[in-house]
Amino acid sequence: MTGSPTPARARRYRWLALLPPVALLGGIPFVNRVHPLVLGLPLLLAWIVGWVIATSAVMGCVWMLDRARSRADR
Amino acid sequence: MTVALGILLAAFAAAIGLGLLARRGHTMSLEQWSVGGRGFGTVFVFLLMAGEIYTTFTFLGGSGWAYGKGGPALYILCYGAVAYTLSYFMLPVIWRYAQAKRLVSQPDFFAAKYDSRGLGVLVALVSVAALVPYLVLQLKGLGIIVSEASYGAVSPTTAVWTGTAALVGYVVVSGVRGSAWTAALKDIMILGVAVAIGVYLPFHYYGGYGAMFEAIDRARPGFLTLPATGMSPAWFVSTVVLTALGFYMWPQYFAGAYTARSEDVFRKNAVLLPLYQLVILFVFFAGFAAVLTVPGLKGPDADLSLLRIAKQTFSAPTVGVIGAAGLLTALVPGSMILITAATILAQNVYRVLVPTATDRAVTRLARALVPVIALLAVGLTLRGGEALVPLLLMGYNLVTQLFPALLASLGERPWATTSGAFAGIVAGELTVAYLSLTGATLATLAPGAPQTLKDLNVGIVALTVNAAVLTTVSLATRRRPTW
Repeated sequence: MTGSPTPARARRYRWLALLPPVALLGGIPFVNRVHPLVLGLPLLLAWIVGWVIATSAVMGCVWMLDRARSRADR
Repeated sequence: MTVALGILLAAFAAAIGLGLLARRGHTMSLEQWSVGGRGFGTVFVFLLMAGEIYTTFTFLGGSGWAYGKGGPALYILCYGAVAYTLSYFMLPVIWRYAQAKRLVSQPDFFAAKYDSRGLGVLVALVSVAALVPYLVLQLKGLGIIVSEASYGAVSPTTAVWTGTAALVGYVVVSGVRGSAWTAALKDIMILGVAVAIGVYLPFHYYGGYGAMFEAIDRARPGFLTLPATGMSPAWFVSTVVLTALGFYMWPQYFAGAYTARSEDVFRKNAVLLPLYQLVILFVFFAGFAAVLTVPGLKGPDADLSLLRIAKQTFSAPTVGVIGAAGLLTALVPGSMILITAATILAQNVYRVLVPTATDRAVTRLARALVPVIALLAVGLTLRGGEALVPLLLMGYNLVTQLFPALLASLGERPWATTSGAFAGIVAGELTVAYLSLTGATLATLAPGAPQTLKDLNVGIVALTVNAAVLTTVSLATRRRPTW
């Protein structure tokens, strides 16, 4: 992050960050059901919880890749 | 009962004590008072940003919506995750610029980026107009929590006055450091309380989550999903998107970002906060458990569901602890709102009107404004009826209108012109005011449209008008001198 800006194409992995919000919201019309329950939760709620956890995981990956990148730049 | 009251008082005293202690070792310049000298690490910024997750609205309103509306309440769980993803890319850019220019408020950012003090004043007025109803909501929640958890021993009016006096005290003395320290206490308590009741209640009354949801689904078919019309999937998705865009437009969280020591703080937070906000899930569980256990709470009374089921289930000391956690969810966001509104009025309105004002005079004025704003909010809290929820929604819509102009300014040079930003914000705000006052929805605006379109959150209209005006005026005024 520090120093000279990196070329845009070098950070293509950052598009990964789009996946959780798009999947979370895009899936809503298709999972708008109670059954099957997943771990006791209605399907709609389970879908949301799953993608919220995935948001964290994906952002964690993006962050690690960003850190590796800025170390390599130095 | 006296035990519950004692626990409430102890939490209250601890919050004030921490709030006052937080000042130690710091002289209070405006930069210290408003943005903590830009020295906060991951933990403090995390706690300030997590303030949005646990306001009284989430604690009472989250369980209240789960209880009263069912499936549609789940949007509260979604918008945070989307907003945090956005924050990973947006907040470091904002922070870098604010750091370089030594900004202390959100209107500062717009004024500096667009090189226009007038735009700063406009943003300042919008911000304060949105903050006051938000503060009123916190105070109203505080009144409800304290009077319920003290079994009526303390009236809501007394609770609101006492709570506000404490807020004003530690805010004037310690500024944002006071908020950060009490936020630590708040989050420890709320985590413990939410998880405990969210696990205990479903198992106690139903024997488990699956059994609870099956029972609700049998008694109220369709309650746990989104309806086909009204709060449909289209409503859900549009509301999550709008709320996520508006999330960091709240001036207290925008300026909260200035407190960070380095930009990496935000990236770590964007990874951690989605997991952390899952604790709202447990608040929902409590609300869902109440559906069949304490039925019959109608309309605004749904907000009482969490405290009612707690009182029916637990002994007085436990209710006291739950109430104490709820009390803190009002105090922490309340203090951030007060600091932000006072800073904005002093820095972005007074300083523009009186350009000769010294830094010391502006700092003194900011602190002097705290009790004034607090008194105004108390007055509105004690007088106001049920018109609060519309006011809060209007507040959210008001701040969301700042998003297009912010987005257009994030590059090296703003893409939009100053007049474009100005016109876009004004057009957006006028649309919000019109929609709020007439209660229009897309169904009334476009009766012939397909159902999916009709169900969209009406805030989309204001944001579209805003973006269209910003773009048109910017293109028309490009490469001409702006004033």
